Amino acid sequence: MEEKELIVSSSPHIFADEDVSKVMLNVIMSLIPATIAGIYFFGIYSLFVILVSIVSAVMWEGLALLIRRKSLNSLLDFSAVVTGLLLALTLPPRVPLWIPVIGTGVAIILTKQIFGGLGGNFLNPALVGRAFLLTSYPVIMTSWINPLTSATPVSTATPLAIEKLKLPYSLPSYWDLFIGKVSGSIGETSALFLLIGGIWLIYKNIIDWRIPISYILSIMVLSLLFRKDPIFQILSGGVFLGAFFMATDWVTTPLTPKGRLIFGIGAGFLTLMIRIFGSYPEGVTYGILVMNALTPLIDRSIKPHKFGEVKK
Amino acid sequence: MGFLTFRGGVHPPTKKDLSKSSPITSIALPERFFIPTQQHTGAPAQPLVKVKDYVYKGQKIGDAQSFVTSPIHAPTSGFVRKIGFHPHPTGKPVLTIEIESDGKDEVFPDISPISWENLSPDEIRRKIREAGIVGLGGAAFPTHVKITPPPEKKIDVVILNGAECEPYLTIDYRLMLEKPELIIEGLQILMYVLGVKKGIIAIEDNKKDAGEILKKYLKKDMEIVVLKTKYPQGSEKQLIKAILGREVPSGGLPLDVGVIVNNVGTACAIAEHFKTGLPLISRGVTVTGEGIKEPKNLNVRIGTPVFKLIEECGGFSDVPGKVIFGGPMMGVTIYSLATPIVKGTSGVLVFPRSFIKNNDTLACVRCGRCLDVCPMNLIPTVIAEYSRLRKTELAEKEGALDCMECGSCSYICPSRRPLVQWIRMAKSEIFEKRRK
Repeated sequence: MEEKELIVSSSPHIFADEDVSKVMLNVIMSLIPATIAGIYFFGIYSLFVILVSIVSAVMWEGLALLIRRKSLNSLLDFSAVVTGLLLALTLPPRVPLWIPVIGTGVAIILTKQIFGGLGGNFLNPALVGRAFLLTSYPVIMTSWINPLTSATPVSTATPLAIEKLKLPYSLPSYWDLFIGKVSGSIGETSALFLLIGGIWLIYKNIIDWRIPISYILSIMVLSLLFRKDPIFQILSGGVFLGAFFMATDWVTTPLTPKGRLIFGIGAGFLTLMIRIFGSYPEGVTYGILVMNALTPLIDRSIKPHKFGEVKK
Repeated sequence: MGFLTFRGGVHPPTKKDLSKSSPITSIALPERFFIPTQQHTGAPAQPLVKVKDYVYKGQKIGDAQSFVTSPIHAPTSGFVRKIGFHPHPTGKPVLTIEIESDGKDEVFPDISPISWENLSPDEIRRKIREAGIVGLGGAAFPTHVKITPPPEKKIDVVILNGAECEPYLTIDYRLMLEKPELIIEGLQILMYVLGVKKGIIAIEDNKKDAGEILKKYLKKDMEIVVLKTKYPQGSEKQLIKAILGREVPSGGLPLDVGVIVNNVGTACAIAEHFKTGLPLISRGVTVTGEGIKEPKNLNVRIGTPVFKLIEECGGFSDVPGKVIFGGPMMGVTIYSLATPIVKGTSGVLVFPRSFIKNNDTLACVRCGRCLDVCPMNLIPTVIAEYSRLRKTELAEKEGALDCMECGSCSYICPSRRPLVQWIRMAKSEIFEKRRK
């Protein structure tokens, strides 16, 4: 019997089937309903924005890996695809195609690869990409169109802007807000399809329900306190995209269940504060980014109760 | 029933179907036995025999003075051929007594059945020690030490562990089906020795049929508790938490909360000892895995080289990759097929080479799964990272010593990080420092 061939290694000797790339593929799948809804509402041009964003994200990632002399196999973890897709979904439907190229460059190179690649970043790459674009190209990034307006897009404002700045447009119904037939970023308008994807991720145990639930609930409760319409607040803007797909990013959110609750509540609080007191009508991006920055602090202060840690 | 459990844990495929319907059979006496002097937690035994000595089956051939130690015995009659270093499941060669069988299997003349009912608890403890009985669940802690709690610790419950939560292993399940009276008698002896009025046999809900059979033999003050099938349900602390709601304090032992846990196999071995008078010279072993032609449950004499068991099961079905002593979650790989079965060997698991994937370790993506599954509520990724960076003190502060090395964190990690291996490294460094 061929003894020399025996492999000696330490336990465990079996592993769960699910690895990082399978998880990322699940996230991509869960975003497909909202993505299709976005293309349906805002036209085929949005599809080009999405494709350019994904392709450029993957290319930036590949370039960074080459420069860092790392194996290109890392591309197979699909995290760059997720970043590209997520960033595209936060963009207005008619942005010029160089916008996603710049955005993904900031997301992948400056937010992720500079800190050592997947797992090393402390801010959500897609959100940093969007935040960068928003401050650098404010006009392009706030040019909106009406949904389902065939050949010639009609420019308009988002429901949040209409509400906040009291613009001369009529506010959409709850139903239009819920299915996404309102103006806004490509993938953020349809609460319904984002919810379907989000519930799927919770069911697959990929994201923790605590973050979206505490995030959405804290926005609702605070809305009531500040005499805002809580349903309108959660259905408009990027709340659902943020709640299920941005605030749940593993890398940049707390490890512990309790920490995640704090994260969700904090992000909800900041989102609404920015919406009410900020000069810009939306607060999801910066609300979550600030909490990303606070995550190391939350993780240091919140420790689970260890088994057997009892006073005897 | 079946809802009792603990927080955390994982659900690997159980793979028990490979061997669960195979009754325990004995294998032909091998020509040579290899009895390591180290087979349990504690001080190794000193050989009591010399090369060329004749030994009887059941004769004591090694012992030591220390309290935490257990003697070793000849598994059959024959001649001592060699006393030297031989491959051992721990990976380091160990001083081993090699016995060549004379084929007669002649029992040591002094050995005869003992009726325990007439003995005092201390006399029973002594008999159990002399019989070399150690925990058969895998850890192999000397049983007489376990059942001698310090007088200030009041014990009120004895739990027999029949959870067998490691995937692939079925020997405890088979024992419960085939030797229920012995297991119950073993429990009776333990309850008598410890003077307790409550005996519990714990099984997982995938072994309910074993529970039904045991039920028929239950004596006064005994009950069967069915737990959720989950790994590591069979861990002592998790078992006690699930059944009694008592939490063993960090750094403490079950006896700190009034409980003593023994494996069902150990109870069976105790009863068998009094019935036959023979010391612990054989044990049940599940031989299984995708790399074995016909998975079986075997009754094996201690000291039998593992290749004999593999032959008995029709050999390898494919090029072997790993041969594991124990289960897939906590078992150890061996490097030589001459390695003998020791008292703590509950299973021999063979994975074919084609079965073993080389997984690249990725960066931690902070998914938090290792926290979700850690039965001790630790933060494995943080402890592991401190250990990897050699920040041993920080690892200790985060609770490295509470880790029982069940491997759930490494099992679940989507980045395939060897978390438990790193934590183990921190633990051994902490112990190293303490010794200085």
